[in-house]
Amino acid sequence: MSTKASGFQLIPDTTDKISLVLQGDWTQDQQSPDFSGLHSALQSNASLRHLLVTGSDLDEWDSTLMAFLLQCHNYCQANNIDFKTQNLPDGAEKLLEVATAVAPHQRPEDAKKSWLVSVSPANIIKYFTSSLAFIGEVAIALAKLVAGKSNTRMVDFKTFCYEAGPSAFAIISLVSVLVGMILAYLGAVQLAQFGAEVYVADLVVVGILREMGVLMTAIVIAGRTGAAYAAQLGTMQTNDEIDAIITMGISPIEFLVIPRILALVLVMPLLTIYANLLGIIGGGIVAGSMDISPLQYIHQAGGALSWTHISVGLIKSIVFALLIAVAGCRAGINSGRSSAAVGQAATQAVVTSIVYLIIADAAINIISQQIGV
Amino acid sequence: MTNNTAAHIEIRNLTMAYGSFVIQRDLNFDINRGDIFVIMGGSGCGKSTLLKHMLGLITPKKGDILYNGDSFVNASSEQQDAVRQHWGITYQSGGLFSAMTLAENINLPLQLYTNYSKSEIADIIAYKLALVGLAGYQDYYPSEISGGMRKRAALARAIALDPEILFFDEPSAGLDPISSRLLDELIVQMKESLGATVVMVTHELPSIFDIATNSIYLDANTRTMIGYGDPQYLRDHSDQVVVKQFLARGIEPKKTTGEY
Ligand SMILES: Nc1ncnc2c1ncn2[C@@H]1O[C@H](COP(=O)(O)OP(=O)(O)OP(=O)(O)O)[C@@H](O)[C@H]1O
Ligand SMILES: [Mg+2]
Repeated sequence: MSTKASGFQLIPDTTDKISLVLQGDWTQDQQSPDFSGLHSALQSNASLRHLLVTGSDLDEWDSTLMAFLLQCHNYCQANNIDFKTQNLPDGAEKLLEVATAVAPHQRPEDAKKSWLVSVSPANIIKYFTSSLAFIGEVAIALAKLVAGKSNTRMVDFKTFCYEAGPSAFAIISLVSVLVGMILAYLGAVQLAQFGAEVYVADLVVVGILREMGVLMTAIVIAGRTGAAYAAQLGTMQTNDEIDAIITMGISPIEFLVIPRILALVLVMPLLTIYANLLGIIGGGIVAGSMDISPLQYIHQAGGALSWTHISVGLIKSIVFALLIAVAGCRAGINSGRSSAAVGQAATQAVVTSIVYLIIADAAINIISQQIGV
Repeated sequence: MTNNTAAHIEIRNLTMAYGSFVIQRDLNFDINRGDIFVIMGGSGCGKSTLLKHMLGLITPKKGDILYNGDSFVNASSEQQDAVRQHWGITYQSGGLFSAMTLAENINLPLQLYTNYSKSEIADIIAYKLALVGLAGYQDYYPSEISGGMRKRAALARAIALDPEILFFDEPSAGLDPISSRLLDELIVQMKESLGATVVMVTHELPSIFDIATNSIYLDANTRTMIGYGDPQYLRDHSDQVVVKQFLARGIEPKKTTGEY
C-alpha cells in the first residue's frame, strides 16, 4: 500500500471558476488537511461562482474525505457557488449523494436552553405553584378513592407495602439499635456526673419515642423508598408508559401516586413502632454494661413510657410518610426523559424529602410545646 | 491480509436458550465477506436473540460463532473487545445514550478509537448525520427527536468508525418508505465503499428483495432455521410453505404446477 501525502490544489480556470484537485490518501491514519484551510482560500476569492472537485489523483479514502467533501458542498451551497465533482471514486460520489439528499436542519433559536434560567425567582415561584397543584391533584384523587370512584389498584398497594415495609426491616433494625445505644451512651456520661445513671432509661425512652425512632426511620425510608419511587416513575416517563396511562383515560396520580402514598402512610407507623422497640432495647444493652440491671432499666423505662410520647411519634410518622411519598412521586412524575434526568429525579426526591422532614419535625415540636404535650 | 473467499462469520451448531427455554437449536450458516445478510422470521422467533449471541452479549447454550475463522465464544474478553472495535451496531430500541446529544453520541467512539482532531471530529459527525438525513441535528437530545429519527441517529453512531461488520436490528422499522429507501441505499453504499459485511434483522420485504444477498429464516414452531439462501430464490423455490408465505406477504402460495 503506497502512502502518499494527502492534500489538495486549487487551480483557477477562469476568474469565477476554480478546480479543486484532490491528491493522495485521505484516510483516518493519514494527516489529511481539514476544511478550515480551504475555507479561508475560498473566502478570499469573492468572485468565485463555480467549484469543480477533481478526484482522479485520489488513492485510498474513507470518511475523512467524505467529511471534507460535505463541508465543501455545504460551504458552496451557503454562498451560492455551483458545486460539481468529476472523476471521484464511484462510492464517494454515491455517498455524497446520500449525504446531501436531505437539506440541513436549522435549529430554532428559542429551543436552546440556558442553565442560568433554571434558578431564576420566576422558576422558584413556578416550582412552588406546581408543587401546590400536585398536592391538590393528590387530594382530589384521595377524595375520589374515598368515594369509591378511583382507578387505584389494590394489587399495587400491596406490592408497595411489601417493598416499603418488610424488606426494610434489616436496615431499620440496625439503625435503630445503634441510635438507641448512642443515645444511652450520650446520656449516661452526662447523668453519671450527678450520680443519676438510672435516668438513662427515661432519656432513651423519651428521645426514641418522640424524636429519634421516627426521624431515623424516615431518613432511611426517604433514601430507600422515596428514591425508588422517583426512579420508577422517571423510568416510566422515559418509556412513554405515563403517556400510555394518560391515553388510556387513567389518571397517573390515581394509578401510580396514590397506591404509593397510601402504602407508605400505612407502613411508616408500623416501622416506627418497630424502630422504637429496638431503639429502647439498644439503650438497654448500653445501660446493662453500665451496671444498671435489666430489671431496673425496664422498671424505669416503663415509668417514662406514656401514650403522649407514643402518639407524638406516630403522628410524626404519618406526616413524614406523606412528605416522603409526595416528594418522591412528584420528582418522578416531573422527570425528564433521559437517563440523567431519572438520576436527577432520584436525587431531588431524597434531598427535598430530607429538607421537608427536618422542617416538619421542627414545626411539630414547636406546636406540641405550645399546646403542652 | 485476510482471505477474501472464506466466510467472514460462521455459525456452528448454535443452540440458544434463556435458562431451560430453548429459543432456537442447531443453527448452521455462513456469512460471506461483503454479504448483506438478512435474518428473517416471525415476531418472537429469536432474531434479536441470535443477534445478541453474535455480538457476544449472551453466551450460547451450545455451539460456536467464528469471525474470520477464530472462535468468538471462546475468546477472552480483551480479544472480544478488540474484535468488536470493528463493528457497528444498532439495537432494536435504539441504544442511543439519552443523556447525550446526537453529536456527543457519535463523538464517543470517535474520541475513544481515532486520533482525529476536534475540528475533524466535528466534520465527521456532520457527515455521518448527513448520511442518515439528520444534518443539523447535532445538538438535539434523543428525547427531542422522533422515533424514526432516533433509529437513524443510532445508525449514524454505528457507522462512526467505518466498521467492517454492521449489525442492525430492524433499522427501517418505523421509517416512511422514502427514508427507508434512502437507508437501503446507504447500507448498500456503506457495504461497497467500506467492503463491510452487513447482518440485519428486518421485516421490510422491499428491502429484503432489493438489497439482501443471503438470508436465513428462523421458525418459531420447530425452533430452528427452515430457510437459507437468497430471498428471491427462497420465495420461488423454498420447500417450506411458511417461508414462501412470509416472503409473499402472507399470501398462500399457488401450487407450483409448471410455471410460477
Ligand atoms: N431476556 C429474556 N429472558 C427470557 N426470555 C427472553 C428474553 N428476551 C427474549 N426472550 C424470549 O425469547 C424469544 C425470542 O425473543 P427475541 O427478542 O429474540 O424475538 P425477535 O425474533 O427479535 O422478535 P421481534 O421481531 O418481535 O423483535 C421470545 O419468545 C421471548 O419471549
Ligand atoms: Mg427483535
